[in-house]
Parts: sequence; structure tokens; C-alpha cells
Amino acid sequence: MLKAPLGVWGMRNIFLFIRRFSTAILFLVLQVVAIWFLITYNKFHRARGLGIANQITGWFNTRYNKAEDFFKMKEENRRVHKMNDSLMNLLAANFARRDSANRLVRDTLLFDTTANRYRQYIYREAEVVYGTVNEEKNYLQINKGSKDGIKDDMGVLNSDGSLVGKVIAVSPNFSEVMSLLHVQNKVSVLVKKTRSAGTISWDAKDPRFLTLKDIPKSDSIMKGDTIITGTYSLSIPPGKMVGTVAEIVPDNSTSFYILRVRTTAKFQDLQQVFVVENLQFGEQAKLQEETKKKIL
Amino acid sequence: MSGLLRNIIRFFLFILLQVYLLNKIPPLHQYINPYIYYLFILWLPFNISRANLMFIGFFTGIVLDYFMMTPGIHAAPCVLIAYLRPFVIGILTPKEASEFNYREPSPKAMGWTPYLVYTLILTLFHHGYMVLLEWLSFGSILHFIIKVIATTGISMLLIITTELLFPRKMRFRTNTA
Repeated sequence: MLKAPLGVWGMRNIFLFIRRFSTAILFLVLQVVAIWFLITYNKFHRARGLGIANQITGWFNTRYNKAEDFFKMKEENRRVHKMNDSLMNLLAANFARRDSANRLVRDTLLFDTTANRYRQYIYREAEVVYGTVNEEKNYLQINKGSKDGIKDDMGVLNSDGSLVGKVIAVSPNFSEVMSLLHVQNKVSVLVKKTRSAGTISWDAKDPRFLTLKDIPKSDSIMKGDTIITGTYSLSIPPGKMVGTVAEIVPDNSTSFYILRVRTTAKFQDLQQVFVVENLQFGEQAKLQEETKKKIL
Repeated sequence: MSGLLRNIIRFFLFILLQVYLLNKIPPLHQYINPYIYYLFILWLPFNISRANLMFIGFFTGIVLDYFMMTPGIHAAPCVLIAYLRPFVIGILTPKEASEFNYREPSPKAMGWTPYLVYTLILTLFHHGYMVLLEWLSFGSILHFIIKVIATTGISMLLIITTELLFPRKMRFRTNTA
């Protein structure tokens, strides 16, 4: 027997095998691709081909949003008007003397030289073009992207200043926001009255309520207490409204409360939002990285 | 209207219906999530090749995934039901593709009972696999079982309603045609 024909027959058998089970092999290949998409995305929140896909879904979502605005703008107007009202009262112009040197400028300077303060947060407005509340992982799409200076990990607030979520993916004209209604989204918050910190998360049940844990029972918590954003986040400014305590779930096994928190932002009719940029984010993140390296 | 154009229009209608209507309605309950877009795969013609069927299934799933920002979670079940579809049709109506008098699976082509069994089996596979993938990252076994049953129930209701409200006009084909 010669060696060469054996090799040729071996190859032939492989080809026959592939041909015979071609559908099953194709099925397995497509399954592996889908699962690979799923696993890599869940880990890093980076979808394959997201940039192009985001542009296309964004186009459809913008069309849809225009129609939806017609029905929902009234409620949004009310919220924005209320916020404007509170801001109008804060304007420096309300208290200014009649002085020719005073003029109103939009404050985007990094340093306020008169009071020796530096600017830490910049707000950009954006419009929500698509969002869901009935999945277990809910995302919002907004109509500002990297062209407008939006970057990953920026915080997102509702038009009334309450917390909505944070940016996780950016394309040139659109961004994806992981809302608080996402089972993997955990945010550090404070009870405003007692200043004790805890972690808030969503249990995928009711889109109106979040769950707050780690508040010790030595605090006296009442229904209706205000929950605000904590001071530990790099992307979300502290002291922003998150929600109010709706229910205190009895749990005798630990010395911590389980609180059901009603969100201030109504996730079903989000329209206009603010994207917050922390100008010190790079420096703070770098310091954290270097600290980790030194410890290791 | 040619079969291809018809299916392309149908694809857009199903995706838009799923993204802008069914996924936007206020949640009835945490377990109930109405799904109907995969009916597009169940409605594809009998004579389509199995490889093409799976590619179309993958494409349908991945398009919905990019709208919902969950890449993979709808694509995987769509490929599964596209793979299983010929087996289920073969078991329920043992005929060759050319022997059917209508082009696509429908109550008219297969009869109401076999058609409903066909949709029920593939719906169960689709939802079972999809909820399983969700469950791997979140939830409990009871959550998994109840959600599969509830979601299958609402999907079957939607499919039956669709079949009753929009009976597809299809030409009767004979072997000579």
C-alpha cells in the first residue's frame, strides 16, 4: 500500500463528512457566533458592529420619536418649566447691582477666577429617541454622540435633575444609555436624612421601584425619605435625586434594611435628558488605576 | 407580488411591530413579554433551503438584537427554530415540499390543528432558549419556568389573532403549475 492515497482518502472523508452534516455544522457555527456576541457584550457592553448598527437604528428611532413627541410633550413641558423656574431664582442677575461691568455670559469657563472655584461638571442636553422598560436589561438611545462630545461612562439625568443611568456605548450621532432599570446596574446612593450610603439595584419586577440595601437598622428610616446619589461615583454628580422610600421590607435575618424605592424619573416617558461630564474624570480614573498598581 | 418582495416587506413589518409596538407597551407583568416577530420565520416558504433558512433566522434575530441592545439573545433562538422547522413540518405533515398545495405554512396549507401544534412547538423552543440565555445571567429556576409558560401563552394568543385577522391570500398550486 502507498502512503499518498491514504492521505488523499482522509481528506476526502473529511469533505464528505462536512457535506453530509453541513446543516448541523452551520447551525452550530451560527449558535457559537450568537453566544459569542452575547457573552462579550454582557461582559464589556461593547457590541460587534455597534457603530454602524447604532446609526441605522438611530435613524428609525428618530422617526418614531417625532411621532411620539406629539403625544407626550405636554408632561415634559411641565417638568422643564418647573426646573426653569427653580433655576431662574438662582440666576446671579436677580441680585446684580446696576453696573456697566456686569454682563450675563454662559458659564463654560473651567475656572471661576473671582471665587477661586473650578468647574467640575458640564451638562449637555439630549433627546431620548428609544427606550424600553419591560426587558431585564433596559437601554435608552439618545440623539447625541461622539460628535457632540459624549463619551463612555458619563452620567445621565432626567429633565427634572433626577438620575436616569449612564452612557455605555457611543457612535458618531447617537449614544446608548444603561438605565437604572438594568439588572447589572448598581449605583451607590445616600439616604439624604441620615447620610448613610447603600447600593441601589433593580430586581427586574416593577419598573417604578428599585431596591436599596446596606442601610443599617440603627438609622430611623421612614416612608417618603429622600434617596440621593452618593459621593463615590466618578461619573454622576453627588446629591442628585434618585427616588423616595416607598416600602420598608421586614428582614429579620440581618441588621440591614431592604428598602423599596420609587424612582423620581418616570422611565416610561423620558423625553429630554442631561448628559453630565465630569471634567476631572480622566485624572480621577488614572489615580485609581495607579493606586491599584502600587498595591499589587 | 413576487415571493421575495413579499417576504422583505413582511420582515420590516414584523421588526417594526415588535420594536415600536410590542416592546413599548406598558409592562403587564414581569413574566409577560409579548413576542411575535419570529412568526416571520414560521411563515417562510416550504421550499427554502435549510442553510438559507438559518441565515435568514440569524439575520432576523440580530436585527432585533441591535434595536434592543442585546446582541445574541434573539439571534440564537431564531437560528434554533430555523434549524428545527423542517423537522417539525416533516413530523406533522409527512409530505415533500413540492407536494404542498400552498407556498407557505398556514392553517389553510396544513390544517388548523397541525399548524397550531407547529407554532406551539417552535414558540416553546424559541422562548425556552431565549429565557434560558437571560436566566444564565439573572433569575431563578421558578422564574425561568413561569416566564417561558406565560410568554408562550401570550405569543400563541397573538399568533392565533394574527391568523384570524389577516388570513394570507395564497394561490392554490397544483403539481402541473
